[in-house]
Amino acid sequence: MSRSLGIGDTRTKKAWLVCLVLAGISFAVLVLGLNTGTIRIPPLRVLDTLFGGGSGRDHIVLFEYRLPRIAVTVLAGAGLGAAGAVMQGLSRNGLADPGVLGLHAGAALGLVMFVSFFRDLDGSAAVLIPLFTFAGGVIAAVLIVLLSYSRNRGIVPVRLILSGIGVASGLSAITLYWSLRLDEDTYAFTARWLAGSVWGRDWIHAAALLPWLVIVLPYVLSQTRSLNNLSLGDETAAGIGTSVKRQRLLLLGAAVALSSASVSMAGGIGFIGLIAPHLARRLVGPMYQHLLPVACLVGVVILVTADTIGRSVFQPNAIPAGVVVAVVGAPYFLFLLSRTK
Amino acid sequence: MQSKDSMDKHTAQTERAVPEVVITARPVLRADRIRQALLFTASAVLLGLAIFAAISLGAKDLTVSTVWSAVFHYDRSLMTHQIIHELRLPRVLGAAVIGAALAVAGSLIQGITRNPLGDTGVLGINAGAMFVVAVSFAFFPDLPYGTLIVLSFLGALMSTLLVFGLGASAPGGLTPMRLTVSGAVTAALLGSMTSGIAIYFDLSQDLAFWYAGGVAGIKWSQLEILAPILLIVIAWSMGLARSISLISMGDEVALNLGLNLRRIRLLGLLTVVVLAGLSVSAAGAIGFVGLVIPHIARKLIGVDYRQIVPLSALLGAVLLVLADLGARMANPPEELAIGIMVSFIGVPFFLFLARKERRDL
Repeated sequence: MSRSLGIGDTRTKKAWLVCLVLAGISFAVLVLGLNTGTIRIPPLRVLDTLFGGGSGRDHIVLFEYRLPRIAVTVLAGAGLGAAGAVMQGLSRNGLADPGVLGLHAGAALGLVMFVSFFRDLDGSAAVLIPLFTFAGGVIAAVLIVLLSYSRNRGIVPVRLILSGIGVASGLSAITLYWSLRLDEDTYAFTARWLAGSVWGRDWIHAAALLPWLVIVLPYVLSQTRSLNNLSLGDETAAGIGTSVKRQRLLLLGAAVALSSASVSMAGGIGFIGLIAPHLARRLVGPMYQHLLPVACLVGVVILVTADTIGRSVFQPNAIPAGVVVAVVGAPYFLFLLSRTK
Repeated sequence: MQSKDSMDKHTAQTERAVPEVVITARPVLRADRIRQALLFTASAVLLGLAIFAAISLGAKDLTVSTVWSAVFHYDRSLMTHQIIHELRLPRVLGAAVIGAALAVAGSLIQGITRNPLGDTGVLGINAGAMFVVAVSFAFFPDLPYGTLIVLSFLGALMSTLLVFGLGASAPGGLTPMRLTVSGAVTAALLGSMTSGIAIYFDLSQDLAFWYAGGVAGIKWSQLEILAPILLIVIAWSMGLARSISLISMGDEVALNLGLNLRRIRLLGLLTVVVLAGLSVSAAGAIGFVGLVIPHIARKLIGVDYRQIVPLSALLGAVLLVLADLGARMANPPEELAIGIMVSFIGVPFFLFLARKERRDL
């Protein structure tokens, strides 16, 4: 017992250290993200402007254009990382990510419905886009949960994965049907969104995303014990005294809320939910009280970096952050796969 | 039972199914034989009816006798004969052959990966083909259609070799689970690169149309090359089926029976690439056939791949011929993408199966 406590202590120290380092990297990447773009602003002037100095032009570029977008990126990165970690614990499957829940397929359908009916993307109606994508994601998730619910056992993990595949394919077919009827410009916008280009770039988007994280993230962080227990398997968890059915439903709801909100503002970014928890597990081990905060920070670092690379390296057609994430993340994942037994 | 690490869930699931297989390995009863014969006859009749319906129904409905004489006594001067001969016949036969090929490919993959949810998407076949097509659209926009098809087949081949190589190079060798994971991740990578190229070069919708595909554009000249290859490879798959049955029972069973696992896996995968790669190149990515049909076949006829493979071929042909007919008839004169039609038929069935799943992964 004392030995396991000892390990727990070093683990906790290590987790704090990793968190600090990641927070430092996040900050550096943030400043870097703020200074790159069509108009370059040196890092020191970025800091200066943030604290009140700087020219009027710098002020406008930073506060009206870059900061809101980066705020959206930070929030969405944290949300996706946390949601992925929760999903992997719930389904007891290291390959699960929010995409498994059909969230992306649902959100994509919401978007295609929106552009099919409203057609214009610049008008005032565009404010409604996050609403449609959010609703699409949540509807898909509810559908999948209903399909995988068993009266005796609550949500059955294997059914969750199976019906996730099925519902996602069905929704994608409908999305494809509508998207083939779009005109070329609208379709290009849709494709960009689906590939995960950060879409929200005004303060209002950041403000709309913030409450979800402020409310749901602390809840998830307070439930790390249940997550630890659930990832041991239903019977063990019930033996330790976790109410498996209820906890799984609540945490699933939290994961859906986090990732739907993030996806509705940042676009269909898929790989972060898969890879951030994996990285976090390698850094601080499988205990959720360490894994979850680290997964959030990893998500932030990945998404901000990817967005910065996507919009600064590839001009004039910026590459969506989601593509950058997959192109960097997938080879890493394959590398891991080829080395682990 | 071997040790179960957290990743090895699919294997664990089928390991539990092994005793079932052993129990059913009793002398084949006469009733079984009759049942099998009936199933095959019924499927063949169904295929005949589907093909006939698909030839006679369409923008211009044709009578039985016209179809008959157009097929067997072709008269170039008659308009109806020309419609049947030049437009509908290659299309319907193409749908049948491609449906059979996709379903057989799916059943082989499910046997090799021991994952009842495996389909050809697992090997990154679609993703590889699409990636090469995207690259050609972006950098060599004037390539003729035939060259594009060859290139997209090569893309499928390359991505499969990549997935296979990555899975096999790891310590512990090529486990079914590792094949599945490296396939899924490779597909995600190639898919993302494809959409990156599409967005950077403004090609998204052109690619979407290619991807949605369909058998509408298949002409005699293509069919003459495609059909013989696919049919020969399907026949060859039936020869492979016995070994696949053994593999599907687990590595230990197969090894004890003296099977060369590596060789069979490699042969099986190559067969799958040819079947699915050619189909995808000619008709676009048609999902769900390879997933759903082998499932149905297994439910109907049992666990022996010597029967699953040919039954899958027949049922796959039926599904795609009907889906193509549906895609034409749904909203004329417009055509629905055939993949959409297949999903509409396949998804409810798949959800029904998922609902009945009692086991835990």
